[in-house]
Amino acid sequence: MIDFGRNHFELFDLPARYVVDADALDRAYRALQQSVHPDRHAAGDDTARRLAMQASARVNEAYRTLGDPVERARYLLALQGTDPLAGSNTALDVDFLERQLDRRERASEAAAARDAAALERVIDETRAEAASAEARLGALLDTGGPLAQACGQVRELAFLDKVVRDLDHLLVEVEA
Amino acid sequence: MTLMQIAEPDEAPAARLRRRAVGIDLGTTNSLVATVRDDGIAYVIPDDEGRPLVPSIVHYGEGATLVGYDAAPRQSPDPQNTIVSVKRMMGRGLADLTDDRRFPYRFVDGPGMVRLATRAGTKSPVEVSADILRALRERAERRLGGPIDAAVVTVPAYFDDAQRQATKDAAKLAGLPVLRLLNEPTAAAVAYGLDHGIEGTYAVFDLGGGTFDISILKLTRGVFEVLATNGDSALGGDDFDHRVFCWILEAARVPPPSPEDARLLLLRSREAKEMLTGHDAAPIVATLSTGQRIDLSLTAANFSTITRTLVEKTLAPVRRALRDAGLRPDALQGVVLVGGATRMREIRRAVAEFFGQPPLTNLNPDEVVALGAANQANALAGNRERGEDWLLLDVIPLSLGLETMGGLAEKIVPRNSTIPVTRAQEFTTWRDGQTAMAVHVVQGERERVADCRSLARFELRGIPPMAAGAARIRVTFQVDADGLLSVSAREQTTGVEASVTVKPSYGLGDDEIARMLQESFDHAADDMAARSLAESRVEAEAVVNATESALAVDGDLLSADERGAIDDAVAAARHACGREDTAAVRLAVESLNRATAAFAARRMDRGVARALAGRTVDSLA
Repeated sequence: MIDFGRNHFELFDLPARYVVDADALDRAYRALQQSVHPDRHAAGDDTARRLAMQASARVNEAYRTLGDPVERARYLLALQGTDPLAGSNTALDVDFLERQLDRRERASEAAAARDAAALERVIDETRAEAASAEARLGALLDTGGPLAQACGQVRELAFLDKVVRDLDHLLVEVEA
Repeated sequence: MTLMQIAEPDEAPAARLRRRAVGIDLGTTNSLVATVRDDGIAYVIPDDEGRPLVPSIVHYGEGATLVGYDAAPRQSPDPQNTIVSVKRMMGRGLADLTDDRRFPYRFVDGPGMVRLATRAGTKSPVEVSADILRALRERAERRLGGPIDAAVVTVPAYFDDAQRQATKDAAKLAGLPVLRLLNEPTAAAVAYGLDHGIEGTYAVFDLGGGTFDISILKLTRGVFEVLATNGDSALGGDDFDHRVFCWILEAARVPPPSPEDARLLLLRSREAKEMLTGHDAAPIVATLSTGQRIDLSLTAANFSTITRTLVEKTLAPVRRALRDAGLRPDALQGVVLVGGATRMREIRRAVAEFFGQPPLTNLNPDEVVALGAANQANALAGNRERGEDWLLLDVIPLSLGLETMGGLAEKIVPRNSTIPVTRAQEFTTWRDGQTAMAVHVVQGERERVADCRSLARFELRGIPPMAAGAARIRVTFQVDADGLLSVSAREQTTGVEASVTVKPSYGLGDDEIARMLQESFDHAADDMAARSLAESRVEAEAVVNATESALAVDGDLLSADERGAIDDAVAAARHACGREDTAAVRLAVESLNRATAAFAARRMDRGVARALAGRTVDSLA
């Protein structure tokens, strides 16, 4: 079974950095699940099966956290005692906000016209912006850039994530 | 005259090393049971006539319940007591069945799941499904020579919690030891992956009789990882039949048909649909109870037109699944077709066009799910060989959450989370001195609770009174490897703990489950009675045969009266065998044994005398 006291990076034997080797993460994840997954302990007693479920859920949670750009940043900063999404400083760049407002407007128009393809284009565009925000964040976090700047970047990334989720919902409603 | 079967002492233990494991595909139209041979090859277990499928049809007749091919001929003459497509009703209330007028059943509404009034009483879809599963279990037990040790039952990936719970309950009711509920497209991927040793990212497009699933999987060195799944749990081949049915009513100007005629026309509709997979036109001929004669021809072009919106309806879930997996349609190594309804040319064309490649169809789309389930059952039962260490990582299809202020759903576990998964979220009180909190668990993607499926409600009581916003109530969602949810809530600021765990249910109370189990025991008692009747008949025949051959050899030992008494007893035993009464057969055998007791003693004496007569005087000395 696994050591529940380890942090997510230790669990997968990865360095605690923002830019992760996705292949190494995937390999470590599959290897861990091969040993802890409930299917591997189907013949065990109740205790063994319960432990397997807890261990497997823990591995899934760690994998999800490290695989998600916002969650990984928050987790890394939490290990250093900071939460970029808490606190009073929620300021966001004005240009950034204007871009998102424009985007939401175009999305609402597409939804009103029940134009799923147009809505998908807005989503793809938002995802592309999130990808470049993620690259900037990696540069800041892994080279010891200013913490305040890194936190600002996490907030932008989280905001973009929320926009994508909301637009996805809109798309479900349009397609329903 | 008790017969005993004695096994060779050296053979028995080795034979029991392998556990009897089966995979079951409980389908809307057909069901199958498969197992894995000693050499590791999975196969579907056929019936005595070599047929692999069991039509998912249950007929409640006078005194007897028929399942499968035996029940099929009853659907048109007796539609209200012959249940087809029961899977569409699993875990569903009457209000959920927007298409309930399509079914010719007598629905009984009530809290939770819909019920059906039949000749054999009111039946829930769980009980009807259990009758199908029981037939599959008995077929497998006959083939494998004993009780099943492990079963994996498949469910559509897009089944929600209530539908999964209902399926698991049906399997329990049928006496199956269920090790796992397995998603149908995942089962198909296992069969495909193990059979072809494929690697990479694949889509499984599974259109069954009543459900549609799309799953995107990544296969890497023996790990089958589901990236995303989507679907429609009320879309399948049945809906295509219904379009043809509506077309017939219109084309032949049929007034609203009786249940019997409706079932007949639906059968003709399905035959026409199946014929169009290989022909350009299909005749539809029927004579209704009103005397109206139907004689139409449905062309392939016409069929394409009337079913176009159904084909399009499958593509929206496909787009959503790809989006959730972060993939474009052309990024896949292959697309696997599963389910009988994917034989339709319209579906094959649409899939090929969407993904830009011809779909893979080299495994039988009817059998592939059951074969994958058999592989999984075999592995879970511990029968797997060294080196066969593949693993399935599946997901939940629909987000799980709680109702919050304003009737909105707060998602706790998002769709496509890999299971098992545990997630917790903290909530607080909104009123000063609030001591209880209502927890309403919902499933679905919509924002409003009213648009999601309600899974369970419970109250957390005993929260110490404090200012609004001071309490910290931690609600934990846990989804196990079957995709089944349990929820607990706990207040933790003051060290005072109050917690409760619910298993979501679809409205079948514990007492109702208990009643069904009792009835299934009664059913088991019927089975047992049938078995003991058969056994006592076999014994009676053996005694009669033994008596007749003894009379032929040593009849001279008896007086005329004695002979008459024995002949009467033989006749009585023969007569008893013709009746359905175990006790009467036993009684007749007993009196035959009594009537022949003196005769048997005299034969024994004669036998000893004959044996002695054959020996020499010397050897006796």
